[in-house]
Amino acid sequence: MFSFTPKLTQRVAMTLIWGAGAVAVLILLAVIGFVLVQGLPSVTWSFLTTAPKGGLNAEGGISTAIVSTFYLIVVTLVVLIPPGLGAAIYLAEYAGDNWFTRITRYGVETLAGVPSIVFGLFGFALFVTALLFNYSILSGALTLVCLLLPTLIRTSEEAIKSVPQSHREAALALGATKWQTIRHVLLPAALPGIVTGVILCVGRVVEETACLYVTMGGSAAMPTSLLSPGRTLSLHLYYVATETIAFDKAMATGAVLIIIILVINTTTNLLSQRFQAKMRGA
Amino acid sequence: MQYPIGPSGITSYGGGTAQFLHNFRNRTHVNGFNGVKLRTEKASLFYGSFQALREITLDIPERSITAIIGPSGCGKSSYLRLFNRMNDLIGGARVEGRVELDGVSLYEGSVDVVELRKRVGMVFQKPNPFPMSVSHNVAFGPRRHGKRNRSELDDIVEKSLRQAALWDEVNDKLNQSALALSGGQQQRLCIARVLAVEPEVILMDEPCSALDPVATLRIEDLMRDLARNYTIVIVTHNMQQAARVSDMAAFFMMEEDRSGVLVEHGPTSQIFTNPKDKRTEDYITGRFG
Repeated sequence: MFSFTPKLTQRVAMTLIWGAGAVAVLILLAVIGFVLVQGLPSVTWSFLTTAPKGGLNAEGGISTAIVSTFYLIVVTLVVLIPPGLGAAIYLAEYAGDNWFTRITRYGVETLAGVPSIVFGLFGFALFVTALLFNYSILSGALTLVCLLLPTLIRTSEEAIKSVPQSHREAALALGATKWQTIRHVLLPAALPGIVTGVILCVGRVVEETACLYVTMGGSAAMPTSLLSPGRTLSLHLYYVATETIAFDKAMATGAVLIIIILVINTTTNLLSQRFQAKMRGA
Repeated sequence: MQYPIGPSGITSYGGGTAQFLHNFRNRTHVNGFNGVKLRTEKASLFYGSFQALREITLDIPERSITAIIGPSGCGKSSYLRLFNRMNDLIGGARVEGRVELDGVSLYEGSVDVVELRKRVGMVFQKPNPFPMSVSHNVAFGPRRHGKRNRSELDDIVEKSLRQAALWDEVNDKLNQSALALSGGQQQRLCIARVLAVEPEVILMDEPCSALDPVATLRIEDLMRDLARNYTIVIVTHNMQQAARVSDMAAFFMMEEDRSGVLVEHGPTSQIFTNPKDKRTEDYITGRFG
């Protein structure tokens, strides 16, 4: 009679697990491969270095969108990291368990689940209209900061909390103050985790479309200041895909987007790994 | 219990009363001629409503090694942590009675905990070097206390590592990660890190429990050296270790309500050869614990 021996069960389980992994990787490769194959032929030097000229065929390239994207990343991170890291340190090391921190944590978790277009509406009402920043990089960046604060706070808080308690005890027992312990022991040890959180945020800046649609406008002109309107690559992709018939240009923009994300992720990961290796003496 | 043969040919280290007595006779600074460095008087420790220590009264002499022994959960570590106020880290911890360093109360009035911990260093159960280079580990304390001068820090690092008998093994890897060292080396690094702050007291919380016998013996030799200049208090589960290294011993036990009490204390030779309390005798002869 047929029966599941441990050996057979093991083999079946391994096959299923291996198969699930293979499917996940295949889907990922299919998406990336499709976009790259369709898009890369249209990615030329002139495509990268000329401004979009509009029209039904989406004449021109994506230079201003690339600049807007990096501009937006930098402004967002500059505004995002100080309060995000500060709140994470507070929650991880200073806050006890009381009504205030419970409300803060609950708020952070809830905010993380709110659809980005809701943040877009909020940003439109506050930054674009009330504060008179109009459609601009600044309005877009501030809206993204609201959107991303929960993500950065949660990932950084977890990274700081996961530093072994023995490190805290060692530092305090040597007569270090609490802040010295945080600054010189906890933050360096938590850095890889914090970097991961920041990468996640950069990814969101690059991918976000809905909330930028209502806060940055869609100007294809080169941004000259914080108050210039602009369009990121994702936004540009949205415009090209919905308002033109230039499918190849849309795919090319998508290909550039994917490459930018790959480059950002790989370099940050490498830096973080090198830093970790130095710390662990590998 | 026999210890394996050590690198220097040490064979039976801790076998029988005769061996204990032999060890004691060879010591230069045993017993109570030294001044009192640390003192508790009816010190009780509470974690919330749970009483972890009950009215412990004990004098700890300076420049000597005092061993705190007793079964698991009897409050040995909690007692040790009274002296550098590490129990403060636990929410709801409360101390009653008096705890003194050089006659000054540590829990009354305005005590600067940071200053206190500079004077009272601590070595933990598991080696806990920071994930940084060997020299950064040792220089951590002095740096935090404002020493910036590079050559001065280098001197401190070398001196501390030499004191901890680690210099010869690591002088060519000062810039490598401390986590690459062996467990025994890591623990001596942690001792060097404490010495770099130039404390007066070193608290050791089962410093050898994560180490192999050879590394353990090296730490014990080191402790004997350090006891010439420092007051050392060691918590240990290992009776042979207490007998080998300590000048004074204090036996703790748990009462029915799980509070730790001090049963008996005195010169190690007396505690191990002629205990006054039946419970001490039962414990050191291995009848429980």
